[in-house]
Amino acid sequence: MLLSTLFLALRSIRRNLLRSFLTILGIVIGVSAVITMVTLGNGATLAVQMQISSLGTNLLMVRPGQRQGPGGPGGGAPSFKEADADAILSQIGGVAAVAPEARAGATVIGNGRNWSTSVTGSNDTWFVTGNWKLASGREFTDEETQSGAAVCIVGETVRREIYGGTRGLGEQLRIKQFSCEVIGVLASKGQGAMGNDQDDTVLVPLRTLQRRVTGNLRVNSLLVSMQDGSDSTRLKAALRDLLRERRKLAAGDDDNFNILDTQQLADTLSGTTKVMTTLLGAVAAVSLLVGGIGIMNIMLVSVTERTREIGLRLAIGALEREVLMQFLIEAVTLAALGGLIGIGIATVASFALAKVMGVPYLFDPTINMLSFVFSACIGVVFGYFPARRAARMDPIEALRHE
Amino acid sequence: MSEALIRLRGVTKKYGTGQAELMALKGIDLDVAAGEFVAIMGPSGSGKSTAMNILGCLDTPTAGQYLFHGAHVEALSRDQRARLRRRYLGFVFQGFNLLARTSAQENVELPLLYRGESATVRHAAASRALQSVGLGGWEHHTPGELSGGQQQRVAIARAIVTEPAVVLADEPTGNLDTQRSEEIMELLRALNVDHGITVLMVTHEHDMAAYARRVVHFVDGRIESDVPNPHPAAPRAPAVPAQVQAP
Repeated sequence: MLLSTLFLALRSIRRNLLRSFLTILGIVIGVSAVITMVTLGNGATLAVQMQISSLGTNLLMVRPGQRQGPGGPGGGAPSFKEADADAILSQIGGVAAVAPEARAGATVIGNGRNWSTSVTGSNDTWFVTGNWKLASGREFTDEETQSGAAVCIVGETVRREIYGGTRGLGEQLRIKQFSCEVIGVLASKGQGAMGNDQDDTVLVPLRTLQRRVTGNLRVNSLLVSMQDGSDSTRLKAALRDLLRERRKLAAGDDDNFNILDTQQLADTLSGTTKVMTTLLGAVAAVSLLVGGIGIMNIMLVSVTERTREIGLRLAIGALEREVLMQFLIEAVTLAALGGLIGIGIATVASFALAKVMGVPYLFDPTINMLSFVFSACIGVVFGYFPARRAARMDPIEALRHE
Repeated sequence: MSEALIRLRGVTKKYGTGQAELMALKGIDLDVAAGEFVAIMGPSGSGKSTAMNILGCLDTPTAGQYLFHGAHVEALSRDQRARLRRRYLGFVFQGFNLLARTSAQENVELPLLYRGESATVRHAAASRALQSVGLGGWEHHTPGELSGGQQQRVAIARAIVTEPAVVLADEPTGNLDTQRSEEIMELLRALNVDHGITVLMVTHEHDMAAYARRVVHFVDGRIESDVPNPHPAAPRAPAVPAQVQAP
């Protein structure tokens, strides 16, 4: 009986193809909106996580000043020294590498062009902590690092702006008053988590920067890379104690430096996008509800229109519950069909939109399944009232209906 | 008369209350034995349609008894009456009441669907029923593609596909011209004579009532006369005219 009722419902849907389509339009839009929103939201979350991890995995960024978050170093607080980096590496367990980093803004000139960029002074461990790779050329030698040689490694953006189509290796690049030889080009990382261009930099040995560009021995930040599986909370505590001691802070003093955990940053940012995803999904879910009301509307019209048919079915011996089931199944079938079409549209739309927005496309089976089940439930809820109305008709009245 | 298939005793039907109260039936006694062909006549408002609804178990009397096959219909619930209808009764309406955009075959199968018959059984029975009303070969035509007379034949096929004990026909020829009317009456007569199906028919045309073997006249909610028709109209044309036998 159930199967033949389903068959009946399908037949009735096919008989009124245009109306059936209009009925489910609301559900189609609702389902595709929910799925598209959630899929894109998930993609955006993943994109954020990927950008953060491009900063370096298991990375702690230590900066002077109390300011938390991804802002610049706080003013007034003393900067670090190169010796701090050595101390961290030798005295704290679980540290894989430490890179001291100093930065200065400078206009670089080469190949008859100039480009305003940020010059980074560090050494080879910077490649480890920052997860950097070389596109071509080589890293600094120990000798170059020790002596502060006039060599540099350029980021992809700088290479493109100064050298255009050529590789740039072996060329001279002038930074402020001194010239250095380009010995390598960094592999591109693209946009960072804060929307900054990570490739817009020139790397020189730390000593080179200190002697020839900034003229002081300051180190702006320490990049601490933790070993895999080490306890970041304990390591951070040890790091804090060591730095407090080295910076001669008394017991009551506040820290005059801050430690930024990229994992924490990733969690915070992806938490934000997750909240946005949920919000957008919820708004889209309202349209699903509106779609349900659309189904109820059309089903009521359909019941009125088919009064004689219902009268006939009742007269030839259909039970109340059979008529109820017929219309209920019709509503559920319509709604479920709408859900399926919605899923189809959402798949195409979110794939295309993900391409346009530059976020990865992630098929989420849960939200697809959930939307489908939810739309079928909407069919039950909003189909019940019209179906009951049909089932309770008086066959004599119904047969007389014009 | 031995055991009556249908027995009405003191059946009244009242519509509305107070000032608007209307007594549609004012105490009807009627016995119909299995195998009869009864025409119910009377002016409009005489209560013949109300009586037909009660006989067809679509409605219940306000007072009085209705025994069908020994069961007290007046005491049955809505669903119990539905079960009784699907088991014993077949209906033919003035307006045909076929499902639009649905083939003749599917229309005829409809009552079997509610009986829970399998698709194979439904298919075979519906084909047989259509054959017997002279519409073999028209199975896949929809009502819109059939003439009025053919539509009423489909309706009759639908009424008899369940092999009912009684067929109730409410002005079955009301929407048809004389020639089609006679064909339909021939069909009903054949059902009665050849298959032993009891036929109850409401009509206001004497020509049509002439096919019945008993004529009951309603006037003002009461049975005014109940007379046998010893010489029912004889077939003047073959039950199934040659031109509708095949597409």
